[in-house]
Amino acid sequence: MTPISFEWQWNIEYAVFFGLLYVALGLIGGGITFVAIRTALQVFGFMRERDFHD
Amino acid sequence: MDSPLLPHGVKRCTPGVFFLWTLPWLALLAWGGLSAVLCLWKGLNQTNMSNVFAFALWIVFDLAVIGLGAGAFFTGFLTYIVGRKELKSIINTAVVIGFICYSGAMAMLGIDIGQPVRGWFIFWHANIHSMLVEVSFCITCYLIVLAIEFIPLILGNRQISKVKELRLLGHNLHEIMAVFAATGTFLSFFHQGSLGGMFGVMYARPFAAREGFYIWPWTFFLFVLSAIACGPCFTILCTKLAEFLGRKKLVPDDAIQFLAKMSGWLLALYMVLKTFDYLGWIYGVVPRAGLTFMDFFNEGPYGVWLIVAEMIFCGFLPAIILLTPAGRKSQGWLILASLLNCTGIVLNRFLFIIVTLAVPVMPFDRFWGYLPTWQEWGIGLAVIGYGFLVFSLAYRYLPMFPKETELNPLPVE
Repeated sequence: MTPISFEWQWNIEYAVFFGLLYVALGLIGGGITFVAIRTALQVFGFMRERDFHD
Repeated sequence: MDSPLLPHGVKRCTPGVFFLWTLPWLALLAWGGLSAVLCLWKGLNQTNMSNVFAFALWIVFDLAVIGLGAGAFFTGFLTYIVGRKELKSIINTAVVIGFICYSGAMAMLGIDIGQPVRGWFIFWHANIHSMLVEVSFCITCYLIVLAIEFIPLILGNRQISKVKELRLLGHNLHEIMAVFAATGTFLSFFHQGSLGGMFGVMYARPFAAREGFYIWPWTFFLFVLSAIACGPCFTILCTKLAEFLGRKKLVPDDAIQFLAKMSGWLLALYMVLKTFDYLGWIYGVVPRAGLTFMDFFNEGPYGVWLIVAEMIFCGFLPAIILLTPAGRKSQGWLILASLLNCTGIVLNRFLFIIVTLAVPVMPFDRFWGYLPTWQEWGIGLAVIGYGFLVFSLAYRYLPMFPKETELNPLPVE
């Protein structure tokens, strides 16, 4: 459900519930996007590959 | 035959032996597959669920595996957020176990909802006042997080890591794992809690109903606490089983001991709070519902012994063993305590799901019995088969135990 869905209600409960959901989804999506861009930059030589230690 | 796929410097059984090992688990999966096809094709009349037992064996399995899989988020939190470096030798195992538990639970729920094609309704037409909606959202998101945490391990396979792009992807994912671990901790806290809250708010079922704080009944907090107390013990159990079957040490003692000690303290805290919870329930909720404690156990096979087993034998006893340095350092006692701890959480979920629905509420009610059909058992046990299969494949082909080569150096030829 999004704010443009017909069932959406503009009140604090919807804002908190979906706000937290979208924050979580945003962090997951943002993290994946960051990793994908960084990997692409490293693959194409625009960014140095960092030494990786466990 | 598959030696190029095995991690460097480790010893594994032959492919033939490995294939034989997977046969029982494949058989369980086949049984589950047949049951799933029947349930999806003919409907939920293949089960003994009814209007009384809308929650049944599958939900017991679901809640149990989700509780047992809590080791993933809690170990991730301790490793990446708190910074306990010794847990890096066991975090991969915790993630694999978490992934197995959550994906297995989701697959089972896919059958349980009866019409999986309408499964997305709960997300799109969400009733935000429902604890179950919160659970669905958080479990789904957390499964995505677990999959992301699992990916670097898969990309660490000896052949896959030869592909530069994939190796870099794995490394970069690993570098920002703290972000995913924090998100996973947030999501897990809420879904473990809401699973408990779901029962605590059932005011028409005094066996489960509880008082609480603001909108959260005490069961909300107790479910979170019981999950983080038992999850690490399940991770220890799986590790010990892998060590027993592989006849080698896979994880250094410091990681196991830290998890066991942490589990012991959390379990002890949980047991103290659970005792207060039971007392508050017996002298508060139950009399207000016009009942007495023993009224719940007048009929049927479920007696006070279930609560005694949950509290004494699967609660206080393992807590004492895990808190005693000599107890948790002894292999046998550690395994016994972990087993009892995990049995306790399963028993707790069973009490909240099955006994809650079985015991009569009104004076004219009767005790409702429930026995699962073979189709229900098939789907439930398929999760166990799936778990063994994924764990075995991960152990064989992925660097799941980073300290394995150090702890078991191969003889120089």
